[in-house]
Amino acid sequence: MTPVIELRGVTKRFLTPSGGIYTALRDLDMSVEPGEFCAVVGPTGCGKSTTLALISGLEAASEGEVEVFGKPVSGIAEGIGYVFQADAVFPWKTVLENVAAGPRYKGTSNRDARERARDWISRVGLSGFEDRYPYQLSGGMRKRVALAQSLINGPRILLMDEPFSALDVQTRSLMENELLALWAASSASVVFVTHDLEEAISLSDRVFVITAGPGTVKSTYKVDLPRPRNVAEIRFQPRFAEIYEEIWKDLKDEVLVSYERQKRTGAA
Amino acid sequence: MSVRTDQAQGPVSDLAERRRRDARRRRLTVNGLRVLVGVVILGSWELTTRLGWVDVFFWSQPSAIAAKLWLWITQGTDLGPLWEQVLVTMEETVGGFVVGSILGVILGVALGRSRLLSDVLGVYIKGANAIPRVVLGALFAVALGLDIRAKIATAAVLVFFVVFFNAFQGVREVDRNLIANARILGASDRQLTTEILIPSALSWIVASLHTSFGLALVGAVVGELFGATQGLGELIYAAKNNFDTAGVFAGMALLAAMALVAEALITALENRLIKWRPPVATETRI
Repeated sequence: MTPVIELRGVTKRFLTPSGGIYTALRDLDMSVEPGEFCAVVGPTGCGKSTTLALISGLEAASEGEVEVFGKPVSGIAEGIGYVFQADAVFPWKTVLENVAAGPRYKGTSNRDARERARDWISRVGLSGFEDRYPYQLSGGMRKRVALAQSLINGPRILLMDEPFSALDVQTRSLMENELLALWAASSASVVFVTHDLEEAISLSDRVFVITAGPGTVKSTYKVDLPRPRNVAEIRFQPRFAEIYEEIWKDLKDEVLVSYERQKRTGAA
Repeated sequence: MSVRTDQAQGPVSDLAERRRRDARRRRLTVNGLRVLVGVVILGSWELTTRLGWVDVFFWSQPSAIAAKLWLWITQGTDLGPLWEQVLVTMEETVGGFVVGSILGVILGVALGRSRLLSDVLGVYIKGANAIPRVVLGALFAVALGLDIRAKIATAAVLVFFVVFFNAFQGVREVDRNLIANARILGASDRQLTTEILIPSALSWIVASLHTSFGLALVGAVVGELFGATQGLGELIYAAKNNFDTAGVFAGMALLAAMALVAEALITALENRLIKWRPPVATETRI
């Protein structure tokens, strides 16, 4: 199978406000198969989010090749969904308007867009909340809106940037299970960025460990746990613990490097 | 802080009842104190002028102002019926307010959107903003004559800059995540402007309308001072020329009443336009 996402020797540099150059990613290789659920873990500031920005076309690589659906990325590609870390639902739109936004932007009539939005709202369990504004919802509900907003466009690739990091533990594992169910019903590939190794293993087929910045792929691990999974329970399986230990040994060094560096520069 | 109890209805409804009572009592206190402050100010003004400590000729007195207002209402002013003067000034103010706001929003959003435009025009707009713009009223009086256009122009110039800077800032401060999200969802450039940038900037823009209506009133009145045949500004100007300080104060009172009514209307508009915002305790509103 040809991969849906392919990054080859990708380097990304940013200009800092003070005029210096900051290298976020260095010589990164990564490929994602169709329908695959990949997790990307790494210490803070290792360029995980940058990877997603490159795949989505929001940012362009400084060096190397980024290919999506076999074509080099130039600008925002069709067929990609993106769930952001921060709240990115539109505060001045109701739940219904938020979810209907994507189809409307793509030229669907207002009526059809709303109809499809209603369907997706019920699929993420928000029926009855169509006319609420985001400020009237809890953090978990806003994430559901964000999910429906992305999935309604039928993306073949779903990029998720620590989407559940702001949620409490219970809500979080609920949302993770729902994400798995929604993903199983679609044929989309998922790239799920997180700093939480447990979350990464319980959700994904494959885990990429990224080095402390400038980030590059240190190693990849296959997660051979059976599906369908229940994220709240899978953590008790012996195989889970084995995988966890294996990856953690690898990840720990990077986390330490990153931590030492932060202590030196005095950053939080 | 609100405390939620899961106990029987009794204590909860007691609490609600008590809260209602507290709110009522507070409202009474506030209104009572308001009246008291007014009475103290007006009363001491009246008293000091009657006792001769303050010269009535220069500072007038509340009773004289009230009498003047009553005279204007019942017998009209030197310039014609009072409502006509109010109406003229109102037209000029609202005209300037609307023209200035629309231009301010359009240019503010355009410059906020375009880096090049803002780099090129920014310096001129900042420069123009530094000029005491009321003097433009003189220019407009010469160029546009004594009719309503000169006043609208003066008011619009004052309004424009306030609204412009707020719209510009509002567009600049849009959450980058929201823009990225909209673009990923497939929004075109135009949709980005109408569905993300303008709604997001709207809270800034509407906030600026409170200030700018006051400025529109200033523009209209100053415009009238530079030359007019009707309006509250002209009325005040005429009163001043007759050393009629009661007339000056009466005109001021009418302007204040107009501003208060407009303020209430703008607040209503704000609540309609930004109903998606959580009803937080907003900034102190005077």
